Amino acid sequence: MKYRTFFAVLLIAALAFTGCAKEEKAAPVAAKPAFKVGLVTDLGGIDDKSFNQGTWEGIIRFGEENGLVKGTDYKYLQSGAEADYVPNLSTFADEKLDLIVAPGFLFANAMGEVAEKYPQQKLMIIDDSSVQKPNVVCAVFAEHEGSYLVGVAAGLKAKADGKNVLGFIGGMQFPLIEKFQAGFEQGVKAVYPEAKILVDYAGDFGAPDKGQALAQKQFNAGAYIIFHAAGGTGNGMIKEAKERSEKGDVRWAIGVDKDQYTDGLYGDKSAVLTSMMKRVDVAAYEVAKMTMAGQFPGGQTLVFSLKNAGVGIPNENPNLSADIVSAVNDYAAKIASGALVVSEIPAK
Amino acid sequence: MNLGMILEMFPIALMFGAPIVMAALGGLFSERSGVTNIALEGIMMIGAFAGASVTVVLEPITAMAPWLGLLTGVAAGMLFSLLHAFTSIHLKADQIISGTALNILAGGLTIYLCQILFHQQRTRAFSYGLRKVTVPLLSKIPIVGPMLFYEMYPTFYVAIALVVVTWFVVFKTPFGLRLRSCGEHPQAAASMGINVYSMRYAGVIASGALAGLAGATMVLTQDIQYTVTSIHGTGFIALASLVFGKWNPWGVLGAGMFFGFSQTLSYYAKDIKILASLPLEVFYALPYVLTIAALVVFAGKSVGPKANGEIYDQGKR
Repeated sequence: MKYRTFFAVLLIAALAFTGCAKEEKAAPVAAKPAFKVGLVTDLGGIDDKSFNQGTWEGIIRFGEENGLVKGTDYKYLQSGAEADYVPNLSTFADEKLDLIVAPGFLFANAMGEVAEKYPQQKLMIIDDSSVQKPNVVCAVFAEHEGSYLVGVAAGLKAKADGKNVLGFIGGMQFPLIEKFQAGFEQGVKAVYPEAKILVDYAGDFGAPDKGQALAQKQFNAGAYIIFHAAGGTGNGMIKEAKERSEKGDVRWAIGVDKDQYTDGLYGDKSAVLTSMMKRVDVAAYEVAKMTMAGQFPGGQTLVFSLKNAGVGIPNENPNLSADIVSAVNDYAAKIASGALVVSEIPAK
Repeated sequence: MNLGMILEMFPIALMFGAPIVMAALGGLFSERSGVTNIALEGIMMIGAFAGASVTVVLEPITAMAPWLGLLTGVAAGMLFSLLHAFTSIHLKADQIISGTALNILAGGLTIYLCQILFHQQRTRAFSYGLRKVTVPLLSKIPIVGPMLFYEMYPTFYVAIALVVVTWFVVFKTPFGLRLRSCGEHPQAAASMGINVYSMRYAGVIASGALAGLAGATMVLTQDIQYTVTSIHGTGFIALASLVFGKWNPWGVLGAGMFFGFSQTLSYYAKDIKILASLPLEVFYALPYVLTIAALVVFAGKSVGPKANGEIYDQGKR
């Protein structure tokens, strides 16, 4: 019993000392020959077809362009639980990578903690602007601008097919999600002022059943195209659009964050008209490039908008006619040049 | 609020109501035999996981995949409920503790299996799940047609059939009489030559089958894949329906539909003039508030099986 206590004390002491040793060494001395960048994923994993995967693709592009070696110069760590965020970020910080990227606002607390513990470490958080630390760069997106474009596409499509009701389903009603609604409404009204837009908030980002119920409600009320900004909840909406379209009652869904075309597949067609993409890959790529050039924008919040291709519709839109795509591109150019300003707040 | 809106709410409410009714019927079998089953939630998770996995795998091969998924859900639920039966009947463990253990186990186990099978924390998304059906002819009936027979999930009809079957089995057959006697006074039942152990096993396994079916139904009609939040408390709402429905199949049907409607009402509330001025959060909370309200109003008058939750002790008088 005595020995056990002794060993326990010894172990704790050893752990405590290793911790100290590492922190003392935190000040960089050695010259770095190559550039190293690491990604810590959230619970979704590296192949989530969303934020993690997108960010990783941006880092791969950066790595390949600069002749970096995958696995040593650029790499990722997967988080199996929320409790892994801080240890994973710290592991990379101990390895003194030149840049550590974390995708998603879920990392906000962990990021703040690690930034204080490793003041020399350059860090980046995507889709969050709450971490105000000199060694952290925040990347956010101009969702209202991208939503304006899908609004234009939806408006033109509905007009061409003789339908006058459209829908929007949001996850939760707070300013970030209202940006999607505001942009979408303005886009639709710009090309189709007579159109009516139904708006519902599910109160949840992870409940497909609610998305499906709200979609049934909006489709029953005549909605022809529904745009969602509701994460997993929106999957239920896409499911409903798919089932109706397959039975001959054609309805459309507009995806969000990534290109959701494949989520809407029925047979060889898809019920997903287009998607409002947040280009997390662009954000990760650009910041890595800036950091390598010695221009790490620490403490700043970078906005990725239409101007720097941070938001937009996918390159391939099989369900949109060439006319609609070119109209959307015209509006994109106008917004990017500043000739057209999109409001972030929904008109009441 | 107009007639059209009420008609529209029906298919949505019945989609939400069907799994609640199925799981509550499961609870009815178990509690009528004298075993409290608060593990309905956990069994539903197991059924949902099994149903979703089988559907994902078989979907490219056969159009019957979701139905096979439902059957697998039933089988998985029965298997899982055996744990509850074994600990609470054979080992005489506290039934609440055993049920709680199952609820906790289900979340971890399903995610662990997802990691092994699909290398992620949820099953892969299936492309359809169960599809809605329109019943020919019946759907043409005015008012009733659009309410009950137009673009409905077939599982609703399964739930109705199960209510009838349960009522018949529990109240009109010798087996049902024996089952109920074990839930009222097991020692008296034993004195008449009834094997209390096997009756209670039958009750718990039947509840596993029905809750497993409920879980599979829920994931295949309301979701696109199984995740740890797919069931989100429906098993407990089913338990509330059982109390609210006074341990009677018809009561359970009414209670399940009541909860289905309260959930649907939260989606329509902002379009109903007198409700529109309230903040949205009120409606998100509505199904849960109504659950509590219903229990407060009705629970006092509910009469459950007398020996429900009591460990069977042969020596007790």
